[in-house]
Amino acid sequence: MGAGETDEAPAPPARPPEDIRAVALRRPGRWVAGALVVLLAAVLIESVVTNPRFHWPIVGEFLFSDRILRGLLLTLVLTAIAMVVGIVLGVLLAVMRLSSNPLVAGGSWLYIWFFRGTPVLVQLLFWSYIGTLYPEVSLGIPFGGPDLFSADGNALITPFAAAILGLGLNEGAYMAEIVRAGLLSVDEGQTEASHALGMTRLQSLRRIVLPQAMRVIIPPTGNETISMLKTSSLVSVIAVTELLYAAQLIYAVNYRVIPLLIVASIWYLLVTSILSIGQYYVERHFGRGSSRGLPPTPWQRLRRNLPIRHARVPMPGGSGLGR
Amino acid sequence: MVRTEAVHKRFGRLEVLKGVTLDVPRGDVLCVLGPSGSGKTTLLRCINHLEKIDAGRIWVDGELVGYRQVGDRLHELREADVARTRAEIGMVFQRFNLFAHMTALENVIEAPIRVKRQTRAEAVARATAVLERVGLADKLHANPAQLSGGQQQRVAIARALAMEPKLMLFDEPTSALDPELVGEVLEVMRSLVADGMTMIVVTHEIGFAREAADSVAFVDAGVVVETGAPGVVLSNPRHERTRACLSKVL
Repeated sequence: MGAGETDEAPAPPARPPEDIRAVALRRPGRWVAGALVVLLAAVLIESVVTNPRFHWPIVGEFLFSDRILRGLLLTLVLTAIAMVVGIVLGVLLAVMRLSSNPLVAGGSWLYIWFFRGTPVLVQLLFWSYIGTLYPEVSLGIPFGGPDLFSADGNALITPFAAAILGLGLNEGAYMAEIVRAGLLSVDEGQTEASHALGMTRLQSLRRIVLPQAMRVIIPPTGNETISMLKTSSLVSVIAVTELLYAAQLIYAVNYRVIPLLIVASIWYLLVTSILSIGQYYVERHFGRGSSRGLPPTPWQRLRRNLPIRHARVPMPGGSGLGR
Repeated sequence: MVRTEAVHKRFGRLEVLKGVTLDVPRGDVLCVLGPSGSGKTTLLRCINHLEKIDAGRIWVDGELVGYRQVGDRLHELREADVARTRAEIGMVFQRFNLFAHMTALENVIEAPIRVKRQTRAEAVARATAVLERVGLADKLHANPAQLSGGQQQRVAIARALAMEPKLMLFDEPTSALDPELVGEVLEVMRSLVADGMTMIVVTHEIGFAREAADSVAFVDAGVVVETGAPGVVLSNPRHERTRACLSKVL
C-alpha cells in the first residue's frame, strides 16, 4: 500500500472519544470457585471453634503466661544473635569465596559445603555434646605449646552457647551464598571506576560494592530471618527454654498438648507476620535508586481500588524517570 | 608524561597488544584511533594498571607503572602503591560507571575524601566547583539514573578531575551517547585541552582528533600502524590499513 505519502491522517476529533461502556463478560467459573473457597473456610472455622478438644479457654489462659512470654523473648534473642552471627560470617565467607587465593576460596567452599550439607538439627546436637569431644578447651600455642587459657568444655559451651553456635554457623553458610550473589550482581565497571580513582580493594568493597549489593541481599535475608525464627524451635532438643520448649515444659506437666502448641503457633505466626511487614518496607527502602518506580504499598493499592476514582494516588519514589 | 615501550598483553592465548611503543609529552593530547577489537581500550587500561602487561614497560611521569625496578629485576608494587599511582591518573569510561547509589556530588567527593583524605567540607567545595565547570551546578543532588548519558559522562569527568590528576585517560567517552549528547561531552574535553591537561583519548570522533589532538596514533591488530600529527595521519595516511579504516569511519 502506498500510504504515508498522502495526507491520510484523520482530522483530530473535535471532542475526546467516549469511554467504552461494554457489558462485562460473565465469568461463572469465578463465582463457583469463590463460593467453594468460602464454603471450605466456613467448615474449617466451624470445626475449629466448636471442637471442644481445642480447649480455647486453656489457650487463652497460657497465651500471656510468664513462662511462655519468657520463652518468646528467648526465641527473639536467639533469632537476632544467630542472624547477626550468620550475616557477619556470610559476608566474610562470601568475600573469601571470591578471593583469588585458592586456599582462602577453598576454605570458604569447604565451610559452606559442610554446614549446608548436614542438618541443622544434627549440628545443634553436636554442639551440645561438644564437651564429650573436647572435655577441655584451651587457648595457647598449638601443637604442644603452653596454654594461656583453659576451661572445661561443658562449662564453656552452655546450651545457649550451643544454640547460638549451631544456628549461627549454619546460617553463615546460607548467608554466604546470598551475599556472594549480591556481590556478583554489582557491575564490574563500579569496581573498576573505584580502582581507577585510587581506592583500595577494601575501600571499594565497603563503599561501592556492598551498598549496591544490598538490594539483592536484603530480600532473601528477610526470608532467612523469618525462617530462623521458626528454625530456632529446634533448639528445644538441647534444652534451651525458647518458645516451643517453654510450651513443652508446661504440657509435660498438665498434658494440655494441643492448646499449648496452639499458643506457641499463635506467637510464631504473630512475629513472622510482623517481620514480613518489616521486610516489605525494608525492601522498598533499598529498592530506591533503581530506575523503575516502586510498586504501591498494600495501603496505597487499597485506596486506589476504592470505588471513588477521583483521587489518584501518586506513585511513590518519584517521577518515574526512565532511561 | 607517558611512555610505553614494546608493551605486550595477552588474554589467554589471544595476544591483544603486540609491542606498542608510544610517547606522550606533558601537556600533549594523543588520540588513539583504530577499528574495534584492535586493542585501544586494553592499552589505556594498561596505563593505569587495570590490566597487567605481559612484556614491555610503561612509565607515567617518569615512574614505572605497577612495578619497581631493583637492579634488573622487577618487583610487583603493593596494592597501596598501585592505588597511589592510579589516584594521579584520571580515567573516563565508555559506560560512565558512575556509582549508582550516590548522587552526582557524592560521586565526586568520594575519592578525594577516602583516597586523598580531604575533609568533607574541602571536598564538597572542590566538587561543587568542578561540577560547575562541567555545567552541572544544578544537578549536584541528582542520582545517576536521573541524568542523561551526556550529563552522566560529565559527572564522570568531574569525578576524575576532582582528584587533580596529572593525566587523563578517556576510553571512548562518547561512544555510548546519543548523537545529540556527544557535543556537550566533547565541549568539556576541549576545555581540558585548553587548560593544558595531558590526555590520551581513545575515540572514533575524527573531528575531535583533527582539531584537539597534538598527535594521533592509529592502532590495528595490537600494533601502532601509524603515528604523527593529526593533519598528516588523518588527511594523508601513509599506510593502506589506516586509509582503509578511515574511509569507513569518515
